[in-house]
Amino acid sequence: MLEIEGLDVAYDDLQALWGIGLRVGSGEIVALIGPNGAGKSTLLRTIAGLVRPRRGEVRFQGQPITRTRPHDLVRRGIALVPEGRRLFARMSVLENLELGAFTPGARVRRNETQAWVYQIFPILRERRHQLAGSLSGGEQQMLAIGRSLMARPRLLLLDEPSWGLAPRVVEQILQIIAEINRRGVTILMVEQNVPAALGLAGRAYILEMGRIVAEGPAAELLQRDHVRRSYLGLLPGTA
Amino acid sequence: MSLLPQQIVYGLLVGSLYGLAATGLSLVFGVLKILNVAHGELIMLGGYASFWIVALLDVDPFLSLLFTLPVMLVVGFFLYHGLFTFVAASAEEARIRNSLLIGFGLALVFHNLAILLWTADERGITTAYSGQVIRVLGLAFPIMRLGGLAAAFLVILGLHGFLHRTYLGKAIRATAEDWEAAALMGINIDTTYRVAFAVSVATAGIAGTLVTIGYSVSPSIGLEWTLKALIVVVLAGLGSMMGTFVGGLLLGVAESASTILLGGAYREVVGLILFLVILLARPQGLFGR
Repeated sequence: MLEIEGLDVAYDDLQALWGIGLRVGSGEIVALIGPNGAGKSTLLRTIAGLVRPRRGEVRFQGQPITRTRPHDLVRRGIALVPEGRRLFARMSVLENLELGAFTPGARVRRNETQAWVYQIFPILRERRHQLAGSLSGGEQQMLAIGRSLMARPRLLLLDEPSWGLAPRVVEQILQIIAEINRRGVTILMVEQNVPAALGLAGRAYILEMGRIVAEGPAAELLQRDHVRRSYLGLLPGTA
Repeated sequence: MSLLPQQIVYGLLVGSLYGLAATGLSLVFGVLKILNVAHGELIMLGGYASFWIVALLDVDPFLSLLFTLPVMLVVGFFLYHGLFTFVAASAEEARIRNSLLIGFGLALVFHNLAILLWTADERGITTAYSGQVIRVLGLAFPIMRLGGLAAAFLVILGLHGFLHRTYLGKAIRATAEDWEAAALMGINIDTTYRVAFAVSVATAGIAGTLVTIGYSVSPSIGLEWTLKALIVVVLAGLGSMMGTFVGGLLLGVAESASTILLGGAYREVVGLILFLVILLARPQGLFGR
């Protein structure tokens, strides 16, 4: 569904990504893990069209989308839930959801999609007339995900969905991501919570210093010494 | 004859035009993050467009808007595509100073162009019913200015409805709040920028017409109206069209009342004092968030 080859991204003179190659198959959940500043968010933002790469190619469903603008990518079926949620805080929950369905294709099916989003996140229906900025952190994350679903994406990019949430809420959000995936949405997610990310994802890529240093099935990565030491805080050979 | 209430009436009448002038400036500032200091010159151009068509065809001054609006939209189209797209494409921090340079340049060009085309004389629009005054409770309401207030209020009401009730309007508000997030919703930012700029130019044109009908127009009024609009934007804060309208009324009343309390010499100072006080005490403005 998504193929990336030889992608270099730079902010002025500062190169953030080097020769990234990545593939996400239809129906997969793929996790992207790595330390702060590794370039994970930059990679998602580049896929979503917010950042223009210096070199390389991004293809979505076989079509090159390397220099397509963000709003056109939404029409084609790519939605990004950005880092920090980026809700329209001064607008109501309902208006945020309406804006999520801005593309013509999504607009005609808005009522249907909204019913689905309310079914996944019943709290959003209760809070629909409240300003988005007045919601709790967990509710804001639910709204951010719900708003992106309103576009009826085929590929959902999630940038740290567990950011700033209580552990109990994190668990709930991760279950919902799995549920969204079961409904046919392919997912590429950046996640700091490595055990949770690798528990949810089928495959994962590890990004360090702007380069992909490891990839493979999540279960296999969990067994690698480097992952256990750097991301799980375990010593090699211990259980 | 009660002097203060009458001055308050005059203040409300002129203040409604301050409010209308400010909505356009506020919209472009809020959405494109551009400070268009040539906004007053657009008001001046709108005034001349109406003056011209009334002088040539002798139509009703309020009907002249049917001519002025398309003219202003054409002017706005060329301004936007010729100059402001470049500013809007630059980084957010650079937009203000780039737009100031372009805006002051434009203001000079429009000012001198107007002197060439229409001479430096003050012009007004007069018709058969221009001088009529409605009297209520001993207060005088000049009919042209009352029409101006009504028109300004209707335009702002319409703008409020557009921004809150239509999909495109909501997309414009979303762009103002976070353009990147708006782009991720599938909103074409170029389109919302263009529409916001067009609306701003249109409101400037309407304001210019109403100013010329109720008062007068000359090539030099531009800077004065930019300044009034800027004071109202600071006074009211960004984000609410109704708040901006109320801010305009407040400035109008404060100015008019000051002529009684402090004497006419201080009329222009009052707005600047309000400007400073608001910036010190409540920098987000009275109705801003």
